[in-house]
Amino acid sequence: MKSNLLDVFMTILKRDLSLGLSRSSEIANPLIFFFIVVMIFPFALGPESNLLQRIMPGVIWIAVLLSATLSLDMMFRSDFEDGSLELMLLSRYPMTLLIMAKITAHWLLTGAPLILASIFLGVLLNLPVESLLYLFITMMLGTPVLSMVGSAVMALTVGLRGGGVLLALLILPLYIPVLIFSIAAIDNAILGLPITGEIYILGALLVLAITLAPFATSTSLRIRFG
Amino acid sequence: MYENTSAVLEAVRLKCVRGERLIFENVGFQLCSGEVLQIDGPNGSGKTSLLRILCGLAVAEEGEVNWKGRSINDDLAEYVREVNYIGHNNGIKSELTPLENLVVARSLMSSNREFSLMEALAQMNLSDIADIPVRKLSSGQCRRVALSRLLISQARLWILDEPFTTLDDNGRHLVQDLIATHARKGGNAVIVTHESLNLPEVILNKLTL
Amino acid sequence: MLRHINQFASPKNFYALSCKLVHYFGGACLLLFVAGVFGGLLFSPPDYQQGESVRIIYVHVPSAWMSLFVYIVMAGAGTIGLIWRIKIMDVIARSSAPLGASFTFLALATGSLWGKPMWGAWWVWDARLTSELILLFLYLGYIALQSAIEDPRMAARAGAILALIGIINIPIIHFSVEWWSTLHQGPTVSKLDAPSIHIDMLIPLLLMALAYMCYFISAVLMRARCDLLALERNSAWVGELIGERSR
Repeated sequence: MKSNLLDVFMTILKRDLSLGLSRSSEIANPLIFFFIVVMIFPFALGPESNLLQRIMPGVIWIAVLLSATLSLDMMFRSDFEDGSLELMLLSRYPMTLLIMAKITAHWLLTGAPLILASIFLGVLLNLPVESLLYLFITMMLGTPVLSMVGSAVMALTVGLRGGGVLLALLILPLYIPVLIFSIAAIDNAILGLPITGEIYILGALLVLAITLAPFATSTSLRIRFG
Repeated sequence: MYENTSAVLEAVRLKCVRGERLIFENVGFQLCSGEVLQIDGPNGSGKTSLLRILCGLAVAEEGEVNWKGRSINDDLAEYVREVNYIGHNNGIKSELTPLENLVVARSLMSSNREFSLMEALAQMNLSDIADIPVRKLSSGQCRRVALSRLLISQARLWILDEPFTTLDDNGRHLVQDLIATHARKGGNAVIVTHESLNLPEVILNKLTL
Repeated sequence: MLRHINQFASPKNFYALSCKLVHYFGGACLLLFVAGVFGGLLFSPPDYQQGESVRIIYVHVPSAWMSLFVYIVMAGAGTIGLIWRIKIMDVIARSSAPLGASFTFLALATGSLWGKPMWGAWWVWDARLTSELILLFLYLGYIALQSAIEDPRMAARAGAILALIGIINIPIIHFSVEWWSTLHQGPTVSKLDAPSIHIDMLIPLLLMALAYMCYFISAVLMRARCDLLALERNSAWVGELIGERSR
């Protein structure tokens, strides 16, 4: 039974990965959007590099939040529309397991590229090494939380008319803690202050999200079908 | 109460409400082992809603569904293992091939070892196109891919929503044969369709909503 | 057991009982409100630092309390409705949302009015005000979700999940905002902190809080009654009710 659970997890993971890769625009568009958002800030604030360098980690994080929100749509929509989710809800395995696989695939397809893109931008914009390092660490801890919380809320709005704006409205307030602790960690690191507190809290948020999000998502999906 | 225990699937006074609109109420039936139920009714009479209640996806406003004498909500996870639901949507991904779709489907359901996946596809006359992405297939072929899940599952209760739509004559016969064989082995099927079913040696119950 | 609760919580019985409760709590609200307003505006002393402007706490603090309390009620009622499928709880959860949003808005508006004389600006990024603002967005999200889902039962159940997600997040958000505000050395005088509040101020404050509570109960019951009538308009008991009235 145990190996069965792992098998089915891997099957769904592979399925979602190959589906995602075959719809490459759905992966590319949030990334392009991310770059555009970051690029827009200098136009609003001027090209003065001191100011930009100071706020750039925050700008990158905000762009990640927005882009992650946009990319959530691909997690459930096509499965909702073509009946695949019904198949999963009626499968012999716990829905939470299948949802974990879907979230993992979604993170690999959207969260991980965003991290790479952020580091790339950071290097390009000449951010100090500490910022880069802690940008990376906070994103490794933070972006999975975004995917998890996102999946629970996405499940509530999947298939609704005007669901996109509604999703952003519901999800962005919930993303605030991740943003605050990530930026706090980066700011402290630049000033040479201890950052263990923030990192621990981000880790705790991740654990909490892993524990609760699959249940919330599967309950939400059941409700949307009921 | 007790004389009904031979019924495998039993629906008792089901009531369904959508929004503030009553779709149906007081719907009930009993199926014994090996019996097939055909559900018919005009559009909007709640046929699909009834199927979704029967397979545990939706919950009735009132009434219950019993499987082997127990309410399905007592142990929904156990019940859905016995159910194979093929809904209005095929539940197949257009980017994947029929074979890949079946691989995913088999890992999700309790599968039998009677047929390999290729044999199941061959049975549905799909072996030539097993490696072509589903989006390039016709809608009838897509329906066949979905219905080939029936062959690899060991579920006892088949719940089929308009299985014959977009199928050609050959496909209809194939599926009716499948249902008849399944019923003769003691399985059950609940089928929404307007067509008259031809299932030799099978007790066919009818319900009109 | 469950049937028993269901019987007690049947829409018909609830409708009859809530009619009385609305009157009781409405009356209590009026008395408490008059007492609280007189106590707050006339009998309580002005603050030695903030002068007369401190009197806004009699409006501000209870609405801030209620904003959180209503969210808890909303999540709790929604969860009960979700698990035990009690229709009235769904209705109560849904009816609470606009009231909670109004309390939150009131807390924000009065906080901002108070901020002007204190800080010289309508809005400062004070931790509590910011948390309150996020709470307002959570309420608005709940209301937006409700209006996006047509089926009222599905809307109520989806709302219950959203409120539960919110209730887990509210402490985290609050904590993170506090963290953020201390990090950036924001205004350290938190104006809601009143550790040693004078008894002459405490009594009117509590009277006002009770008045708000009674107002909430009677208002939510009134809204729930209307909602319930609309939901159950095809049922027998509503038919009887209309028959009685028109006779």
